[in-house]
Amino acid sequence: MVAQMIEGWNLVIGIEIHAQVSSKSKLFSSSPTDFGSKPNSQVSLIDAAMPGMLPVINKFCIEQAVKSGIGLNAKINKKSIFDRKNYFYQDLPQGYQISQYKDPIVGEGFVEIETENGQKKIGVERLHLEQDAGKSLHDQDPNFTFVDLNRSGIALMEIVSKPDMNSPEEAVEYVRKVRSILRYLGTCDGNMEQGSLRADVNVSVNKPGNELGTRCEIKNLNSFKFIHAAIVYEAKRQIKLIEQGDSVNQETRLFNTQSGETRSMRSKEDAHDYRYFPDPDLLPLTLDDDWIKGLQDSIPELPDQIKERLINEYSLSSYDANIIVSDKATSEYFEDVVNNRNPKLVTTWVTGELFSILNKKNLIIEDSPITSKKLGELVDNIENGKISNRQAKEVLEEMCESGKGALEIIDEKGLSQISDEKEIESLVDNVLNSNPENVKKYKNGKDKLFGFFVGEAMKLSKGKANPKIVNDLIKKKLSQ
Amino acid sequence: MKDSYTLKSLAVLLENNKISSKELTSEYLKNIENGKELNCYNTITQEKALIDAGKSDERRKSQNLRSKYDGIPIGIKDLFCTKGVTTTASSKILSNFVPNYESTVTQNCDDAGLISLGKLNCDEFAMGSTNKTSFFGSVKNPWKSVNSDNELVPGGSSGGSAAAVSSDLCVASLGTDTGGSIRQPASFTGTVGLKPSYGRVSRWGIVAFASSLDQAGPITKTVEDAAIFLDIISGHDEKDSTSSVNPKENYYENLNSDIKGMKIGIPKEFRSDKLPASTQKSWDECANLLKTNGAEIVDISLPHTMSALPAYYIIAPAEASSNLARYDGVRYGLRVKGNDLIDMYEKTRSEGFGDEVKRRILIGTYVLSSGYYDAYYIKAQKIRSLIKSDYVEAFKKVDAILTPSTPSTAFEIANEPSDPVQNYLNDIFTVPVNLAGLPGISIPFANDENNLPIGLQLITNSFEEQKLLNVARNIEETINYSETPEKWWLK
Repeated sequence: MVAQMIEGWNLVIGIEIHAQVSSKSKLFSSSPTDFGSKPNSQVSLIDAAMPGMLPVINKFCIEQAVKSGIGLNAKINKKSIFDRKNYFYQDLPQGYQISQYKDPIVGEGFVEIETENGQKKIGVERLHLEQDAGKSLHDQDPNFTFVDLNRSGIALMEIVSKPDMNSPEEAVEYVRKVRSILRYLGTCDGNMEQGSLRADVNVSVNKPGNELGTRCEIKNLNSFKFIHAAIVYEAKRQIKLIEQGDSVNQETRLFNTQSGETRSMRSKEDAHDYRYFPDPDLLPLTLDDDWIKGLQDSIPELPDQIKERLINEYSLSSYDANIIVSDKATSEYFEDVVNNRNPKLVTTWVTGELFSILNKKNLIIEDSPITSKKLGELVDNIENGKISNRQAKEVLEEMCESGKGALEIIDEKGLSQISDEKEIESLVDNVLNSNPENVKKYKNGKDKLFGFFVGEAMKLSKGKANPKIVNDLIKKKLSQ
Repeated sequence: MKDSYTLKSLAVLLENNKISSKELTSEYLKNIENGKELNCYNTITQEKALIDAGKSDERRKSQNLRSKYDGIPIGIKDLFCTKGVTTTASSKILSNFVPNYESTVTQNCDDAGLISLGKLNCDEFAMGSTNKTSFFGSVKNPWKSVNSDNELVPGGSSGGSAAAVSSDLCVASLGTDTGGSIRQPASFTGTVGLKPSYGRVSRWGIVAFASSLDQAGPITKTVEDAAIFLDIISGHDEKDSTSSVNPKENYYENLNSDIKGMKIGIPKEFRSDKLPASTQKSWDECANLLKTNGAEIVDISLPHTMSALPAYYIIAPAEASSNLARYDGVRYGLRVKGNDLIDMYEKTRSEGFGDEVKRRILIGTYVLSSGYYDAYYIKAQKIRSLIKSDYVEAFKKVDAILTPSTPSTAFEIANEPSDPVQNYLNDIFTVPVNLAGLPGISIPFANDENNLPIGLQLITNSFEEQKLLNVARNIEETINYSETPEKWWLK
């Protein structure tokens, strides 16, 4: 549908990601940053902008930003400057937000995403540090707005992409990829529901060959689904306008998660004049080479590297490897299980069976009731032929419900597969001897009856016979 | 006896048990009561001061003193946040504000055992050079012209701080100086006013005017006291990112008046036909005196001096417009109810700020606006760099620079020019020092034909406070300026 709608049109998308820095304290104060605390319980004198208070940079947040920059293959700026972005709002205590304007801490970089047409490089324009504002609560009182300053002063990284994405799918992939890198680095927990990661999406449309269209910015999207839906809606809206002979106004829009529509928030003419200027309370931030080098050396293996290794080491397909590395916890889980086991089997059981159970239960892999060790045990029992794939599925479900180990369940349910050749041979003989007519027909060319013999033998074994051995024996006997 | 009170002399009196802190504090509280007409104090913390003085006397008894100066009462400009004591910045918008925290500088005073008598009047948010912009009314200069009974301005913005020291409503006080706010009132009141190098004294807990220029410092009776007080208040503070990590020196211990072989610069750009003859005369006399005492006088040039004032009146308001945005009626201070948020903002800030503050917020907002930023703010910053390099060059040739502190002596409250730009000219000699981040001191040198004090300014390179104080001490020692105002308010 999207493809159809977009046919004949270019879609140009750029994204600003606001990622909350994983840090115990705020960007310029020592207040804690725990989510969901009692309103105004994590507010220092600085966060409340009391008279005479001064910001002092939290070095850990600098470290996190630089690490993120390294993860985004970006240039680390040895000198950066904090600016004041001035505007009045009830949840902005200072009357300005401390941000970085002309000289951000991280410059140009890129990330690679997987698209229908293979790998694609998406440019990163910059990453800068800034303070979050507080939260306005409009629904607590009929006459007043309440303000919660717990968020006020929390460190955010704003990651600005180049307008390099051309479909909603690419946009989603880009955000997924950045989120995944930050999570691998431990610089942002990526929790979109809690608002730790949100995206502002710039969308424009144009006819191929024509110059770029006017863009609209859709603010504050906090799920992949919304990012996709907002872009689709917005692109359609813009195309319709142009096709009607109207023009697109440059404006900031909000996405209604209920209706799936975007609506105008403010036009370019109403845009604030933020009167940026360097914050005189803070000296320019300078980083020295050795310190940056030290951080570079501390960077863990990132998804692209792990993916390459999985492909080389375990001969995984690019597709499977991509699924496994998309999330740090998944790749760790996979590598725990795959150790000394059949990679193909492990891949199937992690990305197939386990994922489908987790999806059904709406769980993330960190909360999986089946630990990597337990899944390994199950895979071992498939590999040594003790149980069949079909039985294994049953066991996995039971493991998930009861928390018991695979072996325990196999024993309890008497699921263990019959692999003893002599035992199976007597079953097979039994089946062939009781169906002499069919044996005759088969030998006269009715090949399809092979399945019948297998089915009968399996029935006789109550499903426990190793199907491979059953197959082999029947084939052997019938060709005698 | 009273007139000879200094930090230094009081320390000796206390040490020899000639007077107790409580007696001393009571005496100053009485002076304050008798000097109410001068309007020096916004808040008098009588009860707290007496309790603190009693505790100091206890410490002295148990030989557990916080410093040699434990028990000496001082006054604090109403711009320093003081825990549990109203801190107004002389503005209506903060007239009900009681901080629950203590500024680093006043904490340092407390750590040395100094007793606060109360909060001193100043220009609103330290914006002004006459003290007339205070919400609590003008401070009156203790000095009067011999030719007139009219009341004079004490200068500003630390007008209350300077007038209080001059009239013995405290022995020493804390001020702040953004463009001359310590040195100019010191000059108008015959006191010593020291603005330290930018970064020498913590700004934490001081209501901000222009962050890149603000610096706290002492107003005292003598250069020795300035050294003593600077020892108490200065030093690195990790709560202020612009605070210097340069090690703190023992200014008083190392104070000496030896200037032999020093070179003192006289900048030609500070010369003017408009300078009163008596001020010019003092300036010349002081140069001769330094020469006699062994220094070499060198003519120097600070070519961008005349651009300093325009640059200052862009940079300072720009920073102020942003610094004062927090006074919005939402969390503390004055709130005037409105129909909605914007209406509340407008009403609160319209009622809460005085004209001069509004003027500077408007200027600052304008010069930072998109389309004007490069032409004003960026250009002003370039000028600031040029001024800094003027001084860098000058200090390759000289140890210190001598100038008048102000282009005139104190003028009548009623005669304040109606054109604000005329008023801004009061700061013409002091502003470049703030732009360059240098230390400067104003010391009283002589009185003019109307018997009003003339102040001279010394400037040295950054963090050369010791040298600055030494040269000032040399002059002080030589001239032994001992004029005091007639206490007309006691009549």
